[in-house]
Amino acid sequence: MIFLNINNLNVSIEGKKILNDFNITINEGEVHALMGPNGSGKSTLANVLAGNEDYEVNSGKVIFKDVDLLDLNIEERAQKGLFLAFQYPVEIPGVNITPFLHASINSKLKNEKKPEIDNLSFTKLLRKNAEELGISSDMLKRSINTGFSGGEKKRYEILQMSILNPEFAVFDETDSGLDVDALRIVTEGINKFKNPKNSFLIITHYQKLLEYIHPDYVHVMRNGKIVKSGDISLATEIEASGYQNF
Amino acid sequence: MDTKTSQTLDKYAQDKYKYGFVTDIESNRPKKGLDEDIITFISQKKNEPKWMLTWRLDCYKKWLKMSDPQWANLKFPEIDYQDIYYYSAPKGFEEKPKDLSEVDPKLIETYNKLGIPLEEQKVLAGVAVDAVFDSVSVATTYKGELEKLGIVFCSISEAVQKHPELVKKYLGSVIPPGDHSFSALNSAVFTDGSFVYVPENVKCPMELSTYFRINAEETGQFERTLIIADKGSYVSYLEGCTAPQRDTNQLHAANVELIALEDAEIKYSTVQNWYPGDEDGKGGIYNFVTKRGLCKGKNSKISWTQVETGSAITWKYPSCILKGDNSIGEFYSVAITNNFQQADTGTKMTHIGKNTRSKIISKGISLGHSQNTYRGNVSFLRKADKARNYTQCDSLLVGNKCGAHTIPYIDSKNNSAIVEHEASTSKINEGQLYYCRQRGLSHEEAVSLIVNGFCKQVLQELPMEFAVEAQKLVSISLEGSVG
Repeated sequence: MIFLNINNLNVSIEGKKILNDFNITINEGEVHALMGPNGSGKSTLANVLAGNEDYEVNSGKVIFKDVDLLDLNIEERAQKGLFLAFQYPVEIPGVNITPFLHASINSKLKNEKKPEIDNLSFTKLLRKNAEELGISSDMLKRSINTGFSGGEKKRYEILQMSILNPEFAVFDETDSGLDVDALRIVTEGINKFKNPKNSFLIITHYQKLLEYIHPDYVHVMRNGKIVKSGDISLATEIEASGYQNF
Repeated sequence: MDTKTSQTLDKYAQDKYKYGFVTDIESNRPKKGLDEDIITFISQKKNEPKWMLTWRLDCYKKWLKMSDPQWANLKFPEIDYQDIYYYSAPKGFEEKPKDLSEVDPKLIETYNKLGIPLEEQKVLAGVAVDAVFDSVSVATTYKGELEKLGIVFCSISEAVQKHPELVKKYLGSVIPPGDHSFSALNSAVFTDGSFVYVPENVKCPMELSTYFRINAEETGQFERTLIIADKGSYVSYLEGCTAPQRDTNQLHAANVELIALEDAEIKYSTVQNWYPGDEDGKGGIYNFVTKRGLCKGKNSKISWTQVETGSAITWKYPSCILKGDNSIGEFYSVAITNNFQQADTGTKMTHIGKNTRSKIISKGISLGHSQNTYRGNVSFLRKADKARNYTQCDSLLVGNKCGAHTIPYIDSKNNSAIVEHEASTSKINEGQLYYCRQRGLSHEEAVSLIVNGFCKQVLQELPMEFAVEAQKLVSISLEGSVG
C-alpha cells in the first residue's frame, strides 16, 4: 500500500528554490534513507513535510494516506500520524514532558475519535517506555530538552515517538552531534519501534547511521531532487568516494 | 508574523472576562466626592472610636497637599476624585451580620459564582476566607477554629473595635500616610480589608484569604489590610479580586502592611484579576496599590508572590524593609498584560540590617497593544553588612505591538553588599511553537504551555490550593476562553 507519495514538489525560501520537482514514494513498513551533501535540500524536505511555515510551497502534492498534507497545518499533520524527530530539539524551560506528551497523545487520540488516555495509565506508559530507553526518572522530571546533552535530546525524541506511535516518522540528521554510544542507543530505540505498519524516512549525511538501521532503500539527493536510488550498497559507495560522483 | 500567529492573537484580543457580572443588589452610599463630611460619615458607619477619625482627617489634610506620582510608565487621564463614591454597602449592612442567615442570599450567591462558597458546609477546605463586597466585609469563615489558637482574623473595621491597641501601634507604621498621595488617600477613606494577628510561636494551620469584589458603579475600593506575625509565628495569606465589566474606569487604591517580628514569617500571595477593560481599552480598574512589609525582628522573613492578570492600569510595588539582622525578603511576580492594559509593577527591597537577603523573580508577559514595565529598587544602607540581593527579570513578548520595559535601580552605601542582576527579553519563540505543534498541540495550547513554563518559577511559590487556579488563570488571560 502506498503510504506517502511526493509528486513534483517545488519549494523555495525567500525566493530561493530549494526543492526542485522532488519525487518519492514510500510504502507501508518501508525504511528509506535520504543522503546528500550539505545544502542539497534534505532538511528542507523534513520541515516541509512537517508543515513549517517558513517555507513556501510553489507546486506539487504530498499525499499521505488519503489526504494532501499540504492542505493541513502543523498540528493536523502530527495528529494524522506524522512525526518529525528534530535535528536540534528546542529547549522549553519550565515545561515538563509528562503533561506535554499527555496533551499531545490525547490530541491525536481525539482526532482518531478514540477515547483519551487518563493520567495514571499515561504516566505508567511513559515510565515503562522511558525505562526501555534508559531514561532515568530524574530526567523525566526536568524541563523538556533543557540543559540536555545532544544524546539525551535525541533519546527524548525517540521516547516521544514511542508514545505517540506515529505511522510515519521522519528523522532529520538524528546522528549529528552524537558519539558512537549515543548513536547506538538511539538507533536501538528506532529498531525496536519498527514494525510492518509504520514507515521511516531517515535523513543523514553520513553512512554510519545506516550501519545500525538497515534501510530498504537509499536515495541520494542533490540540488533539490533525488539523483539516484538503490539499496544499502549506494551508501557504501558514498562512504568510499563521497558525493562528487552524483 | 505568520498568519496563524496573528489569527491566534486576534482570538486573544477578544478576551472574555468571566467575572464581569453585576449583582443586582441595593446599596447604601452617600453622595459622590471627597471632603471631611464623607470621611466622618465613613467613620460613623464603621462605628469607629474618635482616635481613628482624627487619624483619617489628618491623613486627608496631608492628601490635599499632595499630587499623584507621575514617574510610572503609565498613561491615563487625571483622576477626578470628586466623581467617585467613597462608600458603598449592600443594604442591610448597617451592622456586620452575625451569621450568614442575616446576609442577603444574593450576596452568598455572588460568592458562589466566584467560586468562594461562604456557607459552613461548603467552605473551602484548609482556607479561611474573609469576603469583602464593595466597602464592607460580608463574612469570615473558620473564625472559631482560628480563635482557639489565638489567631485573630477579621475585618479591619472589627479590629479597630476589638483590638485598638494593635491597630494603633501598627497601622501606618510601615506605610506612613504621607508616603505618597495614594497612601494618604487610602488612610483617609479606607473602608474594609482584613486584619490578621498571629501570636508568638503559633504556626497558622490554614491559608488565610480575603476575596475582594467591587460591585457598585463609580465606586472606589479602598481596602486596608494589616498583618502582624508575632515572634516565631508563621502565616500564609492569599488575596483574590474581581469586578464587574463596565465601560467606565474604577479606582482601587489599597494599602497592605505586613509586620514580621523576630523569627516570624509571612507569605503573602495575590491573584489579581480585576476587570481589565475591553479589547479597545475601554473601562477596567485602575489599580494603585501600596504593599509593604517590615521585617522588624531578627531572622524574620516576608515573601510576596503575585499573579497580576487584570486591571486596566496596575501600579504596584510590594516591598520589603529588611530591618532585622539576617532577615529575608522575597518577591515573585507574574504580570500578564493584554489588549490595552498597562502595568508598572515591581518591588523595592531596602536592606538595613546585617546579612539581610532579598530575592526578586519577575516574569512579564505582554500581548496585544499592552505595555508591561518592571520597576525595581534595591538599596543597601550603611549598616547592611554582607547583605545580598539576587534579581532576575524576564520579559516575554507575544506579537509585535506590545512593549516590555525593565527599570532596575540599585543603590548601595555599603561596600560589602553583593548584588546579582539578570534580565532577559524575548519574543515568544517560533521554534518552541513549531516543536509543540509538531507533537499535535494547537497553536493556542502551545502558547499557553510555553507561557506557563515561563512563569513556573513564580507559580510554584503559590500555596498548593491556588497554584492550579493560577495556572488556569494564566491560560485564560492568554486564550480568551470563556471557561
